Amino acid sequence: MNYLYTAYVVTWVVHIVYLFYLSRRAARLREEARDLERK
Amino acid sequence: MKPTYVIASLVTFALLSYGLYQGLVVAPTEATMGDVQRIFYYHLPSAWVAFTLFFLNFVGSLLFLVVKKDAADKFAAGVFAVLGVIGLGISIFGRSYTEFASSIGGTLLMCAIAYLVIRHFFHSQPQADAFAASTAEVGVVFCTVVLLTGPLWARPVWGIWWTWDARLTSTLVLWLIYVSYLILRKFATGGQTPTLAAALSIFGFADVPIVYLSIRYFRTQHPQPVINGGEGSGIDSHMWAAVLWNLLAFTVFAIMLVTTRYKLAQAERRIEEAFATRDLEDDSHLISRSTR
Amino acid sequence: MSATAARAVAREPGLLAVTRASLAKDLRMEWRSKDAINSMLFFSLLVVVIFSFAFEPTAEESRRIAGGLIWVAFLFATVVALNQTWARELRNQVLDAYRTSPAPPAALFISKAVGNFLFVCVLEAVMTPLFIIFYNLRSIGPVYELVIVALLATWALVVNGTFFGALSIRTRNREIMLPLILFPISIPALIAMVDATTQIFTGESSPRFWMQLLAVYDLVFTLVSLSLFESVLNAE
Repeated sequence: MNYLYTAYVVTWVVHIVYLFYLSRRAARLREEARDLERK
Repeated sequence: MKPTYVIASLVTFALLSYGLYQGLVVAPTEATMGDVQRIFYYHLPSAWVAFTLFFLNFVGSLLFLVVKKDAADKFAAGVFAVLGVIGLGISIFGRSYTEFASSIGGTLLMCAIAYLVIRHFFHSQPQADAFAASTAEVGVVFCTVVLLTGPLWARPVWGIWWTWDARLTSTLVLWLIYVSYLILRKFATGGQTPTLAAALSIFGFADVPIVYLSIRYFRTQHPQPVINGGEGSGIDSHMWAAVLWNLLAFTVFAIMLVTTRYKLAQAERRIEEAFATRDLEDDSHLISRSTR
Repeated sequence: MSATAARAVAREPGLLAVTRASLAKDLRMEWRSKDAINSMLFFSLLVVVIFSFAFEPTAEESRRIAGGLIWVAFLFATVVALNQTWARELRNQVLDAYRTSPAPPAALFISKAVGNFLFVCVLEAVMTPLFIIFYNLRSIGPVYELVIVALLATWALVVNGTFFGALSIRTRNREIMLPLILFPISIPALIAMVDATTQIFTGESSPRFWMQLLAVYDLVFTLVSLSLFESVLNAE
């Protein structure tokens, strides 16, 4: 039973980490775009 | 954010929740393995998504390499169209002979359709490259899930975390190949990155059947660990529903992730180009040489 | 117009001529400097000595593990040599010159691959007696099979290694990049060469399947390398 929950949690941890990484990249990109407009 | 994107995200979330509900609540508990078998509802869809994405990465890489030259592009499209027709023929007429022939035909047809569809939507080098990069990255994420959930299922059922059996080892090797692909993308410099990455992807794809063959033979040479109670034994219709719902949910989720990653890659490229043109304009003020 | 075109065609160097010239140049450079061979030899000697400290096997055991030891040592030594092949061409913009010349790109690849193949073969010819002495090896299976396996396996390592060397030379972390991309792809070849060698040493079963697999691997990746090398050489 514990193995089951661990597996499901692990799956979502991996996906959430990846989503977090994507959002970080998008945020950095937005900042760069703002930089570009300012100059 | 566009409203369609928000709606698609909500639909994906709903599907994933429903898949979770199907897997944890609706599906009956398996007789021999107990609740641990429910890991299967996440394991199988992840594997399907990962392998499909790796295949699409190969298609994108191939497209990237041929799309530069018009003749090569047309030639490749023609070859795939012919292969598709042959595949269709084999799967229709070969069915009566062997199961194997029809599965080969189906695979050929699928490859041809995949190539032509992707060629239609990503018909330029930057697009094909961004597509290849996105599928590889998301594929590695899903493959990681497969490699983590697999041992968590194996431990209570087989009594061991890992066995060097054909399927597990092939998946691990595939994961290694695509991680090396991502590393190459990260460390390659400048505009040559896409070409180098595409070449490595073709190598990786050519390697897959050889990997599978070698590990299969390698393993049959040695004593197998005791494996019993496969999923095949008396699978309930509710179990099938859980499998299919999760398959759908994970496929949609993967499409969302790839789309997001693809858009990110496109935006990154646009900004890079904007910086480059700006720098160029700045330079032209300072240096008034005719070479510019 | 047609006269100049005809002359251009006539002057365009053939695949074989360029391959031979480039290979001769590489061999001559190696003969004079002995850079690659010396570093490979010393490297694999170190591996042999370190392994024998780490395992200390009996004659029976060593027959079982020797295949793995030998090929791991040769694999690492090959990477040492491969890292130098392209770096040498980068120094005076030789690669750029090659790119602008009408010489066929495949010739460059073939000459590099064959050159590396010869270096690694020399290495193996020197190191194998040492292995036999240090590990008290005596093959039960026929020795000529070992030679065939060695030739097939060496080409398997070298053809991919040469190609990936051309990839990794363009990255920021050159030296470390080559093994990172070469090893995952080489896993099936490595399984094949290690298992074939072990089976010949122990004489337990036929290495035929592994030899066939190595031959297929060689063929597939030679074709893939040849068809992709031009794109990689011209990538910018």
